Amino acid sequence: MGKTETKIVRTTSWSAGPGCHGGCGLMAHIKDGKLVKIEGDPDHPWNQGRLCARVLAMTQYADHKDRLRKPLKRVGERGEGKWEEISWDEAFDLIEKKMDTIRKDFGPESMVFAAGTGRDIYPWICMLAYAFDSPNVMFALTGNACYGPRLAAVDTVQGDYSVFDAGQWFPDRYDNPNFEVPECMIIWGYNIHATCPDNLFGHWITDLMKKGTKIINIDPRLSWFASRSKHWLQLRPGTDAALAMGFHHVIISEKLYDTEFLTKWTNGHHLVRKDTERTLRESDLTGSGSKENYVAWDPDASEPVVWDTTEVAFRKIDVTPMLSGECEVTLADGCKVACYTVWDAFKAEVNKYPLAEVEKITGVPAKDIAAAARFYAKSKPAAIHWGVAVDMTPALTPLVQAITCLWALTGNLDVPGGNVTARLAFDVAPYALPGSKGAIRLKSEKLDETRIGKDRYMPMNKFYWRSQTDLTFDQIFTEDPYPIKGLWLQTAGVMQGLGMDPKRWREALKKLDFVVAVDIFHTPTTQYADVVLPTGTFLEKDSFRSWWVPLQSINKAMSTPDCKSDAEINFELARRFDKEFKFENLHELFDNILEPSGLTFKQLQEQGWAFPPEGSTSCPYRRHERGLLRGDKKPGFRTPTGLFELWATLREDWDTEPLPHHEEPPFTPVSRPDLAEKYPLILSTGRRSPAFFHSEHRNIPWLRDIDPDPIVEIHPKTARAHDIGHGEWIWIENWMGRARLKAKLTPVVPKWMIMAAHGWWFPEKKAAEPSLFGAWESNINMLIPMGHQGKDGMGAPIKHSMCKIYKCTPGEEVSHG
Amino acid sequence: MAKQSEYGLLIDYEYCTGCFTCQIACAQEYGWEPGMGGIRVQEIVQNLPKDKAYLTYLPFPTELCVLCKPRTKKGLKPACVTHCMSGCMTYGTIDELTEKLKEKPRQVLWAPK
Repeated sequence: MGKTETKIVRTTSWSAGPGCHGGCGLMAHIKDGKLVKIEGDPDHPWNQGRLCARVLAMTQYADHKDRLRKPLKRVGERGEGKWEEISWDEAFDLIEKKMDTIRKDFGPESMVFAAGTGRDIYPWICMLAYAFDSPNVMFALTGNACYGPRLAAVDTVQGDYSVFDAGQWFPDRYDNPNFEVPECMIIWGYNIHATCPDNLFGHWITDLMKKGTKIINIDPRLSWFASRSKHWLQLRPGTDAALAMGFHHVIISEKLYDTEFLTKWTNGHHLVRKDTERTLRESDLTGSGSKENYVAWDPDASEPVVWDTTEVAFRKIDVTPMLSGECEVTLADGCKVACYTVWDAFKAEVNKYPLAEVEKITGVPAKDIAAAARFYAKSKPAAIHWGVAVDMTPALTPLVQAITCLWALTGNLDVPGGNVTARLAFDVAPYALPGSKGAIRLKSEKLDETRIGKDRYMPMNKFYWRSQTDLTFDQIFTEDPYPIKGLWLQTAGVMQGLGMDPKRWREALKKLDFVVAVDIFHTPTTQYADVVLPTGTFLEKDSFRSWWVPLQSINKAMSTPDCKSDAEINFELARRFDKEFKFENLHELFDNILEPSGLTFKQLQEQGWAFPPEGSTSCPYRRHERGLLRGDKKPGFRTPTGLFELWATLREDWDTEPLPHHEEPPFTPVSRPDLAEKYPLILSTGRRSPAFFHSEHRNIPWLRDIDPDPIVEIHPKTARAHDIGHGEWIWIENWMGRARLKAKLTPVVPKWMIMAAHGWWFPEKKAAEPSLFGAWESNINMLIPMGHQGKDGMGAPIKHSMCKIYKCTPGEEVSHG
Repeated sequence: MAKQSEYGLLIDYEYCTGCFTCQIACAQEYGWEPGMGGIRVQEIVQNLPKDKAYLTYLPFPTELCVLCKPRTKKGLKPACVTHCMSGCMTYGTIDELTEKLKEKPRQVLWAPK
């Protein structure tokens, strides 16, 4: 007797802590208020008891000696590492006073709220920013180049996002009678089993492989999946769009596409004017016609027929419009113009990519491309799952269009075992997406006018409600068109992983009037803050997750004295900044957001998770056929035409290319042969580690033991040519600077490319400048620039740059900027 | 001679993805110092003809593995088997596992000392 009971709390993981995008069910064993163990929840349909290394290491994380446990106020210079502990009341008062001054003197938009990835953060950072009336919530990665750009690009042509189907929509998963195992899966630019955030989804793919799914892997690096794939296409980084167009070339020339989907659900038969290369609109035909309506050609009547986008139907009954061919149309002013179809325009674009040409661009043998494309197109069903490599190139939108058109034209959109539309569970929108009516949103559209990049980049205007990172970063220096005076950093490690060109980030941080960092541990980034607030792990918070399905609750299992969850911190300040803030406590706010599910937060907690029932918008399949995607309940998609758009009408309206295509990225041996002479190797970065989430976890002993040093993978033959041995420290250098990493000689990388790990700093080293936790030693982002975002503000050259390598001389010092 | 263990682990290394869950599950269960533990994941890059290679991971049970007796006594599976992300490890009697070994290639059967 006398023993304390161990309390078992059932909850859902979502960073902070494990470093992930969340969703795994687990049981936290708590004794005397401390975490003693974590076990996977075998009943949870998402992970069925499985857990990743990072969650299982939480006992070393939650009670770590270096955790921030008191709010801190800077007392020395920025970077000097001198702090004074203060109370939460003092911290909140100080923040309120400083931020109110900025708001009064410069306007609310002069305060930028920066986040990174992986933590349950965006609802709560938006809540704070919007309560302050600032539209500038920033994902602080160059080109906003992770996931959001893909979402925006897919939304542009499809109106909704899709992901591979592993039966995740159903409590009985693979046993659900409606589910089918994909015959083929393309894993595109994604070392998914080892990747930090999506490790579990990778293992859904291994589940499918055991059930017979065959893999096509597209990756310059030999991954686990590449080793086990039926086809491995080892492309040159940054040439993915050319490869996708090569797939289309095979699929179209061998007529392997799904004719029914093409004719019924795409805008393939809409007409394109040959004089303007723009779609023909009803307003072209008659003065009173709508610009929102499109036109096809009725070959039987030899006359145009209007596609009414309000009715999502042709104006004529039983029309079979021309899919391929030319016609002459008389315009309102009596002029005649020659027109052709979207499908013909699409095919003409694809015809620019014969396989011999694609082989030249990508380096992948034409016969391998043909075999893979045939296998994908003939497999029924087939799915594609893509990784961040897709975002980490400036021309990501046309690339995303090309890949999206693959799953659409092969008839794999929202079918069992295909690419299934992923809505938020029960359409519970936790923060303000455009058009959302949720609790967390800007008070008026007007307040959004000052959002940085909104006017310049239309996808960010319409689909991606963030400030454009590179413009925001520049504006800190230029103060044009208005000054930025304050920065709120929450989950945003700009100095050690999220920020490119970290030396310039330091200058930016030093220039600002007021910087707040919210974190669990000190990092190189927190060193530049005026106030540092200690937050909690996922075990120390109440929250929920509605990203995809199911809807899940996160339940507070323990507390760390004087730490508050991200949501609690931001809630308190939101109440201070917004005198009309209508919620008394967090649970009240949760209840409001959860309303569409019919559950209160308490009910969700009791239930643990909830799946949207058949017939709801967030439950598959074939929702475009059943009128479950559009607000008006008509069959079709949430696009301007109501159709899947092979020709992106929004991109036409935005004066960007409406069709998918390849653009050579800025720093490659092809686009910059001059640089290639000096920097002959392709530098790819960001290979994932099973132990770390980006720049997190270097201080967790069990995890650091798995991956102790910053590793650069070099092919043995390349290493030999540079007189570099296995385990030797080398310099990687280009025109931006150099970083010191440890050579791992391995044939998993091609001879012409090296792969450098990212996010490296050394929590065991001194915090104060010049050491800054060793931030200037191995951070590969020192070789990657800011400011090379794509034409529509999204995407950036992160996975493909150029470099040279050479051995370190012992005793060499790093430059501290 | 010591009696052969009645129980063992069957490891399907074709499906081990190198996620290191087993290693950390074991560390958590027994509080091992970093660098120690009942199972250690090994990366094996096999060079193949024509400049090709093949990547394999193998969770290797060490001298410290006790097949989670404290857990199995309670009817639980070993910590590594419970949490394995790819479900590539099976705990059972050597006889059961031998039968399973016959069903699929690229597996190894292991018994503790």
